Amino acid sequence: MLTLSHVFLGIGVLFAGSAVLDAVDRRWRAAAIWLIVAAPCLAGDEILAAHKAGTPWPAQLMGGGVIAIAVLAALSKPRPSDDDAAQAAAREASAARLGDRLFLPALAIPGIVAALVLGARPASSPVRWLFDPAQPSQLALTALGIAAAIALVAALAVTRSRPIHGLTEGRRLLDAIGWPAVLPVMLATLGVVFVDTGVGKAIAALVEQVIPTDSAIACLVAFSVGMVLFTAILGNAFAAFPVMMAGIGMPLLVKLHGAAPAVLGAMGMLTGYCGTLVTPMAANYNVVPVLLLDLDDPYAVIRAQWPTALVLWIVNLGMMSVLVFR
Amino acid sequence: MNYWPLLGVAVVVAGFAFRRNPVLVVVTAGLVSGLAARKSPGELLALLGTAFVNNRTLLLFAVTLPAIGVLERAGLRERARAWILGFARLTLARLLIAYHLVRQGLAMIGLIYVAGHAQTVRPLLAPMSEATATRTLGALDDESRQRVRALAAATDNVGVFFGEDVFLAFGAVLLIQSFYQREGIALDPLSIGLWALPTAVAAFAIHATRIAIFERRLAARIRRARTGDPGAPPAAGGGDAC
Repeated sequence: MLTLSHVFLGIGVLFAGSAVLDAVDRRWRAAAIWLIVAAPCLAGDEILAAHKAGTPWPAQLMGGGVIAIAVLAALSKPRPSDDDAAQAAAREASAARLGDRLFLPALAIPGIVAALVLGARPASSPVRWLFDPAQPSQLALTALGIAAAIALVAALAVTRSRPIHGLTEGRRLLDAIGWPAVLPVMLATLGVVFVDTGVGKAIAALVEQVIPTDSAIACLVAFSVGMVLFTAILGNAFAAFPVMMAGIGMPLLVKLHGAAPAVLGAMGMLTGYCGTLVTPMAANYNVVPVLLLDLDDPYAVIRAQWPTALVLWIVNLGMMSVLVFR
Repeated sequence: MNYWPLLGVAVVVAGFAFRRNPVLVVVTAGLVSGLAARKSPGELLALLGTAFVNNRTLLLFAVTLPAIGVLERAGLRERARAWILGFARLTLARLLIAYHLVRQGLAMIGLIYVAGHAQTVRPLLAPMSEATATRTLGALDDESRQRVRALAAATDNVGVFFGEDVFLAFGAVLLIQSFYQREGIALDPLSIGLWALPTAVAAFAIHATRIAIFERRLAARIRRARTGDPGAPPAAGGGDAC
């Protein structure tokens, strides 16, 4: 039976191995960051278990690691690309030689994820034996891990590469991304800290004092603007949703003005997604691809998205004002 | 009500305004909010540590990097370019709109992790988009190539965002349902997913229109560059750095 913890062991090996390779190249800061990031992958379950059992030091050490990553990231310089013409020529030759066989391992990733996720749907499916029944929400992610492992084996076979190339090539891409690779986790961590320290409640209390509550449309606009703003600040709509629902959605829209809860919930969440499209805080969507695609402008992806987000936000607000108060 | 933890939000806004390193800004903001909420240093460190571990699923994108890296070294992106050029009637807009449709459709039935920036955009969609644009419109200058790639990434984002909320078992639907449950309102996940459909349709229509407009503008830009300045340096074909 496979769980997400097994997948994280594999990712932990990739991070720890990348740390070793970077240390050999005397790239100390990158090595240190990858080493710290390997910790929650290799020992995350143990850290959480110790914290639950009343032993706080492993979690505190991890917290110290989080601060260390922040300092190391601020000191890091971007790595110059080491691609040269000889490598490009070798790739062209290899592409011509291997042809469409190269697609097979790449397409195996979506193919296997789809097969496992759909195959595990029926209650009696034998595919279910692969997964931990206690964690149904992690099934798709575990399937992604299985698919990636199979794809790696297939990629090594098709390209006749040695297994160590899995690590060296994985590290090459990881170093190409650099410290922004940890930004999504950092932002989610900040979201947890904000909730834990009462930032959400303080914001809700402020919002209630500011808006004219007797107008249903004013409340809806405030809710819509608030969803986009807080999604932009917190980096994801999941963090903003409870704050805005507790502050405006429930007390003013549902209870006072009789809004339909299902419509408000679904369309309100999607309003927040318009904010996700325009914020660098949503690093995994808007910053990581900038590095993966080697773009000069750090806001290139946001620039390509904001008109869609703006038009959709207006259309969504219009549809909500009709559908929510039917 | 203790309003001091809001200082953390101010740190985030100021940090991004002054373009400080985002990781440093985010961690500083967390420390400021924690101290403003009168947490002891020990508590705060443990909170940061457990939160970091609990959110490690966001590191999961790294799982596909070894396989993709090995294939890229053997010329996956070059092959993707060559393959897509075999479709004589394909245009940049048709390619991206088709990808959008497939991505959003798959997300709607819960297949969210089948594609993504590391899995499909970098190794496949971005080189295919560049190659198709170059074949149909002419050589792209560096800025145009970068904008084509950025649009490919944006298309993946829009597709997955507004598809996944229709899927019943997705986190957002369950989050909405559990929020209302705490407030004493019982809702069927189906009714929530259903109301995500109008926005999903609107998102596809808006973004597909924008892709078509982008292609027209790109074509005009290339025509201008060709007629206005015949001595303009031709863009490098396949020699993009990784």
